[in-house]
Amino acid sequence: MRHHLILRVVTKLLVGTIILFAFYVQFHGDFSPGGGFQAGVIMAVAFILYGVVFSLRKAQKVFPPWLVHKLVALGVLIYAGTGIVSLFLGYEYLDYGAFSPHHPEHGQHYGILIVELGVGITVTGVMVAVYYAFAARPPRISDEEW
Amino acid sequence: MLVATAIAIVRMQRLFAIAMLSGVFSLLSALLFVVLDAVDVAFTEAAVGAGISTVLVLGTLALTSRVAKHSTHSPAIPLLVVLVTGATLMYGTLDMPNFGSPDAPAQTHVSPDYLERSPHEIGVPNVVTAILASYRGYDTLGETAVVFTAGIGVLLLISGLHRRREDEDEEEESGES
Repeated sequence: MRHHLILRVVTKLLVGTIILFAFYVQFHGDFSPGGGFQAGVIMAVAFILYGVVFSLRKAQKVFPPWLVHKLVALGVLIYAGTGIVSLFLGYEYLDYGAFSPHHPEHGQHYGILIVELGVGITVTGVMVAVYYAFAARPPRISDEEW
Repeated sequence: MLVATAIAIVRMQRLFAIAMLSGVFSLLSALLFVVLDAVDVAFTEAAVGAGISTVLVLGTLALTSRVAKHSTHSPAIPLLVVLVTGATLMYGTLDMPNFGSPDAPAQTHVSPDYLERSPHEIGVPNVVTAILASYRGYDTLGETAVVFTAGIGVLLLISGLHRRREDEDEEEESGES
């Protein structure tokens, strides 16, 4: 899409805004609609848009595939690890009260933030990884064969 | 508008237009969710349905063909199945309480309990997030694991094969040289 000047300029403007909005949805999710799943998807959309309008190669330079694959696992680890930390602090699995014994409400707050972060990281990773997997395959079947 | 888009999708042959129209369909249903006050779901529908899945479908189109094949069998049996299923579902909705009715099971079972308890137990204004991440923490962990597994599966299926083929190509090339 080298000659689509308007698309490229608009994309450059939008990508930053989309990422900012993703962070807003992620960390403001306990006050307004949204949460890890939504934020992860919006974040992934930013990278996918960049990859579609510029090129897959450029997108992979910004967000390399090995990092994406690590993030996919990291998110689940953060979520499950939160539960294990609360186990070690003497509470039940995923009982966020453990993070602030005197103010269980604050503990819940921290717990939800961390857990949602884990969800967001995994969802971003999976979406971007699936996009990379699809887009990286060269079209092997020509139209005439169908 | 949803129905019109659906009919257009069914009638069309060009897969590119169908992919774009299914994006439009997702966007319209996201609007429907906003009207029903399910903003969290609308977010997801708009981003996943209208954004990512359209891009993925287009990516798949680039790998395969661009025009739908004509089906050879008659449409009578599928039409009958769809009509019967639709009629059953509509019959089922007759027993449902009206939308927003205060004595619907959805309003009387556990939700008043959650609504009452979450402000002082969790202290998070968005009850959806409170239920999702705290009361139903195990479920969400499971969902995250499902997303994780699905991603790994797609990666193994698609990019794994691709990489192996590349390796084979490289081996062939090195063997030739």
